[in-house]
Amino acid sequence: MRLAKLTLAVAAAALAMAISLAQAAEPLRIGVEGAYPPFSWKEADGTLKGFDIDIAMALCNRMGRECELVEQDWDGIIPALLARKYDAIIASMSITEERKKRVDFTKKYYNTPARFVAAADTGMEPTPEGMKGKTVGTQRGTIHQCYMEKVFPDTELRLYATQEEVFLDLNAGRIDASISDSIQAKEGFLATEDGEGYDFLGGVQYLRECHGDGAGIAVRKGEDELREALTQAIQEIRADGTYQQINDRYFDFDVYGATE
Amino acid sequence: MAEERAPSLLESITEFSENASPLDFMVILEHWDLFAEGLWMTTNLVVLALLIGGCLSIPLAVARANRTPILNQIIWGYVYVFRGTPLLVQLYLIYYGLGQFEAVRDSILWPVLRDPWWCALIAFTLNTAAYTTEIFRGSIEAVPFGEVEAAKACGMPRLKRLQRVILPSAFRRSLPAYSNEVIFMLHGSVVASTVTIVDILGAGRELNAKYYLAYEGFIAAAVLYMILVYFISRGFKFWEKKWFAHLRPREDAEAEAKQPGAAAPQTALVR
Repeated sequence: MRLAKLTLAVAAAALAMAISLAQAAEPLRIGVEGAYPPFSWKEADGTLKGFDIDIAMALCNRMGRECELVEQDWDGIIPALLARKYDAIIASMSITEERKKRVDFTKKYYNTPARFVAAADTGMEPTPEGMKGKTVGTQRGTIHQCYMEKVFPDTELRLYATQEEVFLDLNAGRIDASISDSIQAKEGFLATEDGEGYDFLGGVQYLRECHGDGAGIAVRKGEDELREALTQAIQEIRADGTYQQINDRYFDFDVYGATE
Repeated sequence: MAEERAPSLLESITEFSENASPLDFMVILEHWDLFAEGLWMTTNLVVLALLIGGCLSIPLAVARANRTPILNQIIWGYVYVFRGTPLLVQLYLIYYGLGQFEAVRDSILWPVLRDPWWCALIAFTLNTAAYTTEIFRGSIEAVPFGEVEAAKACGMPRLKRLQRVILPSAFRRSLPAYSNEVIFMLHGSVVASTVTIVDILGAGRELNAKYYLAYEGFIAAAVLYMILVYFISRGFKFWEKKWFAHLRPREDAEAEAKQPGAAAPQTALVR
């Protein structure tokens, strides 16, 4: 009897080990976007580059797991996670209450504020009254869409599949302003040739309900082991200087934001 | 009383829809106005494009069928370009492509090209006109020579011949092919949602993006397209019956009105 129990225990332990080994061997698939410079973009040769991509690689290194990047349009990035096309999303996704209903988040890995961008000489007031009847573009399904619908209900909102298209249309003069992440707007548009004659309009736009607590890594609900491993890895790369190294490739300040 | 009341019917349906049902249908119903707006947008874009494109295609088809020199080659080129490239590419070129040029942005056309709705209408119209031109050209060429000859023998001048004999006969002949074009145009119109227009698919995408859903918005959109296609095919059925009435044996035509199905074999033969 005791022997039988022991055998069972050994078998169970072996099985658990086999499973964990299989898990370790299986590459961790990470969903990324690829149209959100400088956080993620695609080089001419098709390779993915950017802050999100480097962070993803550093986290995988830290956790000692092989990783596979899966490119996914923003529109379907959460549905594809739920459909198990990948196991985690590292795509500058803000941690918001609405999203927490569908997925779980790690602690933040960076936090930068949202701001409007418009022609430098627009003369438009960045207030709900000042932007009444104006047209603002943003990416569909983002914190910025939520913010505009809640705070600027009288402004016409145009929704795009990528933030790059928003800036294309801002440049073409089809919209009066864009709202997006301020760092993304600066590096991805204002600092480029196309961004000439454009500037930030007003200061930081923030509504806790929409903007949440910075960008985190999303995993499927209930996958606590992976979520905790990722959170721990974020803290470890913060501590050992890897984060700083990656940060300095893209920014001249710390995008992590205030330490909690 | 308020504290202990049982959940109302609406609440329990919502609860079931959100948690138990594989399809959260309540979220679709809650946003019916979004889909109504999308339905209106799709319908007005497609109907206007078909009307304008259809009118454009008639003279183009006549010129092609008559092999009018120079015009024939130009129209052939136009048709080739618009049938040879995907509608999405055409719309992108008009919307994002033209908007890149300062000359276009400074021109008097910009107020029109600035608006995504106009860009979509232009792309759809040019696209459907190209396809319809080919459909009409084929059926004009297929008008039996005897009919034309008879009209000539009656002393009808060229234009009268076209108006009274050739075009009516050609329209009739092209009806089945044209019904396909109408349905393809409806389905092709989904590309409007890629240039910020909230059409039926755009409404579905907006719903999906708002609640991070995978398919609810698409299913609602699919159902709406299916309903539209149902009405389109019913409409064409009705027209075919009316226009092809002369091809059916007379007594059957009357009998069929009372007894549907009796004339079915004949209808099948006619097709």
